[in-house]
Amino acid sequence: MRLLTFASKRLGRLILTILLISTIVFFVIRVIPGDPALVIAGVDASTADLAAIRAKLGTDQPLGTQYARWLLAVARFDFGASLATGQPVARLVLQRFPLTLTLALLAFVISILLAIPLGILSAVRRWSTWDYVGMVFSQVGMALPSFWLGIILLLLFAVKIRAFPLFGIGSFRHLVLPAVSLGFARAAVLLRLTRASMIEEMSREYVVSARAKGLTDRMVRYKHALKNAMLPIVTMAGIQLGYMLGGAVIVEQVFSLPGLGRLFLTAVYQRDFPLIQGGIVFIALVFSLINFAVDILYSVLNPKIRIG
Amino acid sequence: MAKAVDGLLDVRGLDVSFVAPGSARAHALRGVDLSVAAAEIVGLVGESGSGKTVTSTCIMGLLPAPPARIDAGEIEFKGRDLLGLSPEERRRTRGREIAMVFQEPSRYLNPSFRIGEQITEMLGLHLGMRREAALDRAAELAGLVGLRGGRGALRSYPHELSGGMKQRAMIAMAISCTPSLLIADEPTTALDVTLQLQILRLLLRLREVFRMAILFISHDLRLVRFVADRVSVIYAGIVVESAPKEALFLTPLHPYTRLLLMSIPSAQARGTRLRAIPGRVPDAQHVPEGCAFHPRCPLAEEVCRREIPASREHQPGHRAACHLVGKSWPD
Repeated sequence: MRLLTFASKRLGRLILTILLISTIVFFVIRVIPGDPALVIAGVDASTADLAAIRAKLGTDQPLGTQYARWLLAVARFDFGASLATGQPVARLVLQRFPLTLTLALLAFVISILLAIPLGILSAVRRWSTWDYVGMVFSQVGMALPSFWLGIILLLLFAVKIRAFPLFGIGSFRHLVLPAVSLGFARAAVLLRLTRASMIEEMSREYVVSARAKGLTDRMVRYKHALKNAMLPIVTMAGIQLGYMLGGAVIVEQVFSLPGLGRLFLTAVYQRDFPLIQGGIVFIALVFSLINFAVDILYSVLNPKIRIG
Repeated sequence: MAKAVDGLLDVRGLDVSFVAPGSARAHALRGVDLSVAAAEIVGLVGESGSGKTVTSTCIMGLLPAPPARIDAGEIEFKGRDLLGLSPEERRRTRGREIAMVFQEPSRYLNPSFRIGEQITEMLGLHLGMRREAALDRAAELAGLVGLRGGRGALRSYPHELSGGMKQRAMIAMAISCTPSLLIADEPTTALDVTLQLQILRLLLRLREVFRMAILFISHDLRLVRFVADRVSVIYAGIVVESAPKEALFLTPLHPYTRLLLMSIPSAQARGTRLRAIPGRVPDAQHVPEGCAFHPRCPLAEEVCRREIPASREHQPGHRAACHLVGKSWPD
């Protein structure tokens, strides 16, 4: 089946991306001034101590050997131990990831549920009240930075009204405000795209022929036009999900959530090289997986894509 | 006016304008009379901008209103006035009783659905057919219109088919509910010459098989001569001449028709200059006073500038709207 061939091609591309990212990470870390051994042992460490640490880290080996070892480590998802805590990087990342992923997915669902129905409604009932509501929402949503919205939401719904907890984790309610502040701005962008895409598809000739076939308005809109209108929306939504994983870093700060964002931020402050390296590769992997999923979904929606 | 003996479609005095805020009223149809009998093929001929497509879109009930506005006229189909039907009743006739084939199949087919789905959805909706039965019927239709690959072709997406095959797929869709009237709006314009002929033959065959009437819209008189039984010539939103094919081609009464016929390139006239009609169709915002054709007409007299000529029957079944029918032609 052609879809399978297409999927395996994309999978190959995914692996290539990860290889490329790993390579870039490896060399960038080597080019940045600063010896990890010095960071660990401190500037007043003895030469023997430094040599011992270098031997342990493997940084005394030739560059080629180090590179090969690094790639092997990436393939095994083993990024060594964090310099700060001594725990395996992979474990640290995987411990924190569920929270960030839940937050991002929740924000994603909120933005989709807000944007797509309202966008379609705005397009179908152009210049109606719904359309104006949508336009105001998208203007405001795009203008508000998510961290600011987060603070306002906290003040309003956690301090004044006390409908939601101020900070902490453990329940769904803890995630509502962070997810709303993360999803809101993204929903605004998605809403505009949905409206524009739907309006464009409704003006296509195939819509005229669908009408000429005597199809109901519902079928013309939600079957014929919507399927085509979904193509750019799916692509954009995938990119948005990636953004939300990144944006979670900031929102996690505002809401004091112990997610990936906090972990990486601390790692950078502490010059925790293995954790930074592993973190970058991990985020790249997650991004690539999202893109992969979007490509597959896209090709299901748009049969033309599978040729390329 | 005389009603067609076995009238299927009777358009009388159809008057359509386009009114958009900020621009002048465009008077697209200025009293179009057009009739199609059962199983008859009528050619509707005119230059671009003459009102061919507005006429067909209006018959289909697909004119967007606003900006379109139907000011007067009737569209009688099988004894009912289509303009008096509710939108829902109108929708039910579309595809089922009156179907349409469009000019560019690649734009008018939905790129995201398989051909089979685009055919069977109509069968399900209009005839209440179940999926299996509808698929069988679609395969039958595919064979009938010469869609190569039969059931396999039903599984393909439009972009996987050639231009000719796409048009056949579109025709299969249009005839799927065996409508009594098929409107074909320049169905071969996007195709090359050999394919044109195949599609025209297919249309003729469909008329034989289903006794389906066809309103064949074209700017190309040669195609019309090949398929039509009767021809109506439209100019600036008025049908200026209407006659059985032979009469129209042998003894055209309206100067516009004569000029159109003279401008057909022919093998005999090889080496001579192509004759084009000087000037162009007036746009619908600036239709001239009197006979709309008078600025381009070699015969025009004072009366043509003042009065809109009425359509009169000069021979049985041969109508023309010209003050000067019978006036001798200058060389």
